[in-house]
Amino acid sequence: MTKTPLQFRHNGRDVAVFVDGGVNLLVALRELIGDMTPKFGCGQGGCGACSVLIDGELHLSCLTLAEAVNGRAVETLDGLKDGPNLHPLQRAFMEQFAAQCGYCTPGMLMAAKSLLDRNPSPSRAEVIEAISGNICRCTGYEPIINAVLAAASSGRARA
Amino acid sequence: MAKHRGRGIASINYPIGMNLGGDPSQALVHSNPSGKFTVSLSSIDLGQGMKSVTRQICAETLGVPVEDVYVDTADSDTGPHCMGSFASRGTHRVGNAVMAAAKEARGVMMEAAAEELEVNAADLETDGRGNIHVKGAPHRSISTKDVAIAAQFKQGKTISGRGIFLVPLSEVNPETGEMSPATCYAHACLVAEVEVDDETGEVAMVRMDSAYELGRALNPRLVEQQLVGGAWMGISHALFETPEPYYPDPTHGPRDFVEYLMPGPGDTCPHDIAVLERPAADGPFGAKGPGEMCANPVLPAVANAIFNAVGVRMDELPITPEKVLRAIKAQGGARPQARR
Amino acid sequence: MLELRKDIFADERDDNLKEIGKGTQRQDMLGHVTGTSTYFDDHKLQGMLHLKVLRSPHAHARLRRIDTMEAERSPGVRRIIRGADVPRNLNTLLSLINFGKDDEPSLAVDKVRYKGEPIVAIVADSPREAYEAMAKVRVDYEPLPAVFDVEEALKPGALVVNETYPKNTFIYHDVYDHQKLRFGDVERGFAEADHVLEQRYQMSPIEHAPTETNGSIAAPDTNGRYVVYTSTQALFFSLDTCAKILDVPSNTFHFIGGTVGGGFGGKVDTLTEPLAILGAMLTGRPVRYQLGREEEMQFGSPRGAERIYIKDGVMRDGRIVARKIRAYFDSGAYTRLSSYAVVKCVAHLPGPYTIPNVHGDVYCVFTNRTPATAMRGFGVTAMDFALECQMDKLAHLVGIDPMEFRILNAYRDGDMKAHRREAKNTALIECAQVAAEKAKWPLREEVKRMSSRKDGGGSRAAISPTPIEPAPQRAAVSQQRTTYDRAPPAPIHEPPPPAPPPPPRPQSPSHGATRFSSVFGTRRR
Repeated sequence: MTKTPLQFRHNGRDVAVFVDGGVNLLVALRELIGDMTPKFGCGQGGCGACSVLIDGELHLSCLTLAEAVNGRAVETLDGLKDGPNLHPLQRAFMEQFAAQCGYCTPGMLMAAKSLLDRNPSPSRAEVIEAISGNICRCTGYEPIINAVLAAASSGRARA
Repeated sequence: MAKHRGRGIASINYPIGMNLGGDPSQALVHSNPSGKFTVSLSSIDLGQGMKSVTRQICAETLGVPVEDVYVDTADSDTGPHCMGSFASRGTHRVGNAVMAAAKEARGVMMEAAAEELEVNAADLETDGRGNIHVKGAPHRSISTKDVAIAAQFKQGKTISGRGIFLVPLSEVNPETGEMSPATCYAHACLVAEVEVDDETGEVAMVRMDSAYELGRALNPRLVEQQLVGGAWMGISHALFETPEPYYPDPTHGPRDFVEYLMPGPGDTCPHDIAVLERPAADGPFGAKGPGEMCANPVLPAVANAIFNAVGVRMDELPITPEKVLRAIKAQGGARPQARR
Repeated sequence: MLELRKDIFADERDDNLKEIGKGTQRQDMLGHVTGTSTYFDDHKLQGMLHLKVLRSPHAHARLRRIDTMEAERSPGVRRIIRGADVPRNLNTLLSLINFGKDDEPSLAVDKVRYKGEPIVAIVADSPREAYEAMAKVRVDYEPLPAVFDVEEALKPGALVVNETYPKNTFIYHDVYDHQKLRFGDVERGFAEADHVLEQRYQMSPIEHAPTETNGSIAAPDTNGRYVVYTSTQALFFSLDTCAKILDVPSNTFHFIGGTVGGGFGGKVDTLTEPLAILGAMLTGRPVRYQLGREEEMQFGSPRGAERIYIKDGVMRDGRIVARKIRAYFDSGAYTRLSSYAVVKCVAHLPGPYTIPNVHGDVYCVFTNRTPATAMRGFGVTAMDFALECQMDKLAHLVGIDPMEFRILNAYRDGDMKAHRREAKNTALIECAQVAAEKAKWPLREEVKRMSSRKDGGGSRAAISPTPIEPAPQRAAVSQQRTTYDRAPPAPIHEPPPPAPPPPPRPQSPSHGATRFSSVFGTRRR
């Protein structure tokens, strides 16, 4: 199969790989870059486990052609921490016990980050709206909603 | 056309562990030379908190802080046999195996400490903060770290323990069904309030109040995770989920998360939970297991609440708007029952 | 919101504990929020191949011919696996506890019995190449009529779903097509009752829908072994199932798992491991077999549907005096775990209530749908739905508040349960009282004072005279014995000797897979 060169920023670092035609960004990240934080849940855009930010915007990596991110910046959960320091969302997820099996957590955190980046003080309804494309089968969503709200209010407290 | 509210209840019990027993689990516990402990299991953590709850059980039994214990799960070369993570058996069966292993390891640790302190092991106690001291004389103390060093490099002792827990297998009488299915049972009662739209047939959850009896809440935060998440799954089973919407007709089945319906984060409701603890005689610190039973009372409580709201009995799951609407129509309209 | 009611049953507990009872952070939480928790699919192995399975589009069909010639030549294909390549292409999961007959192939050979049944596995360099080759496999199907309704499947002359069980039911104790429960005399109870209510309930199948689909990666390891990264919920169950199907000693495998993206019962069936390992054995390369979402949703085993009939006799004062239950578990085309769920369900009857006359008949029925398996609440969830809807109707019928109706009938310490064991450590009444308090559900004072620890036992511990139907002759050789046991069939018509000798020990299986225990097998005389 013909391979296409692909170069993009991955969590602040430049990376370059060759991809097969038709390969999606999720496969490129996991199998070529080695970033295992985005998860395969359905491959159909139905669960949000593979959510990443592309140029700051929330996208489903399983529905994004790898070639489409050429020259752009991709952020995954692997880049959420600031060095050894957890992001406020990660701390809030821990404090609220907002993960059980943990498989949806990477996508949830990216969806939540996307929300707080554009709206630092969301209402409960806005949080629900922001994570409604992400499926969690364990928690009943309540702790996740509470964690995002708690992270938002801790962000406001620092500001 | 209107929205009607109603309340329904259900009370249930649930057996702990594989039916009829015969489902052993083993655990190994050992200390490194710094007095830090590893629990080796082949048991699975699929989100329920196996690693965390066995860690607390081990720390409590050894008498050391929880930070001094890590649990390694699910490697068939290093973890001894476990039947698996199902049948609400993890906390009860694996917890007991870990407790037994930790007791054996504690025995060696106390003997080693006794040798260092030149006292009888029976006169020693742990403080839960990483020290072992003579009962009534806290100044005659040694850290678990120093005990582990002495055991390893001076006394030639392994601070380790093996544990197994097995509920012996029960027979089943073919004629009467006489059997010993389980050694203990968890209990629950749940009140659900719903709002039924008699124009669309949609059922919205308003709130839930519940009481769950679990023997012992080993970690209340983990219990809360199970009960909140399990109740969500109960709502989902009651009102949304089916791979065969016209069962037994196998057609029209959903194929993916777009077509398979489950409640989203906006479909939940407030849930006020009480946890009761009546210790089971053979549970680790009395614990039973909350994992499976937490969803069960929600299904009938929702169905009963719908009857209370609009007077129709929904005896087939899931209770879709289509079914509700057909039932209301067949009845000639909503017939709200006495508010309660 | 969660509140611990330490005031209740306080006299039965020692709360002087240090680590137990604390809301300590989960050991795995940091890994979860940083994305470093390692699931089976997070292992990237050099030269990994991908396995995909061709599945039947028919619910029931004869396989006249399977032609893989063109697929073999498809680019990137390393190996095509057919039923004949599977060393022991017939298994039942619970053979590990000596329960049930081998009835399910890893890859279908002569017939398919449900839509989605695996027929051919393709191992290729990439998933895409595996799919492209799959499109080139030619299967000549002869579609057959199918049965989907449990009660239709039991009618005389119904088509046979699974030849291992020609009557379309699992066979209990060698003789019965259902598991019985007999406690007291329900017919007498109905005759005495003021009201009798008979109702039908239907539970839907349910998909487990874990966010991580079933899957595994198998790779040749050093020392001639295979390392297997897996999503299983039961490590040794899966390991020993693979040892049996692949006919090798169990220590051929090093299974690694334990961090799993949700299961809910859907990851017990060892759906992917045997073929992934076989692929690795046949190619000498790491092989990954992960179900896609559509495969998981449609062909990963679901919670089975159950149809339940309940007939109750109740007195005007609210006492339930008789409960008769007939239930059908839809097992799909093969047994998997439904046979065991039936026994658990029978043990659960009549729910957490003390009823002097209880009669249960529960069937495990085969139909032409995806085999069902365990799910959260195994054997109980559907029955609880039926029982608690029925309780509501009974309360309505006799005009008693439904919460008080439950408390009135609740089992208490010392009562006799229908499976003939004394109830201990009960707490249903207290749960009802606390839930009522939380929900501001009014209870009369005398009901608030009732207790699980008071007024049980006595006449409530008695077992009423129970009419027992004559037992049929045991026709078949001990059916739970499987070829896997390789044990000589036990004699079955002999009268019991006065001092029974120890049961014959099964010969050691050549492959070394271990049976965990023996539910019905070795105690047979």
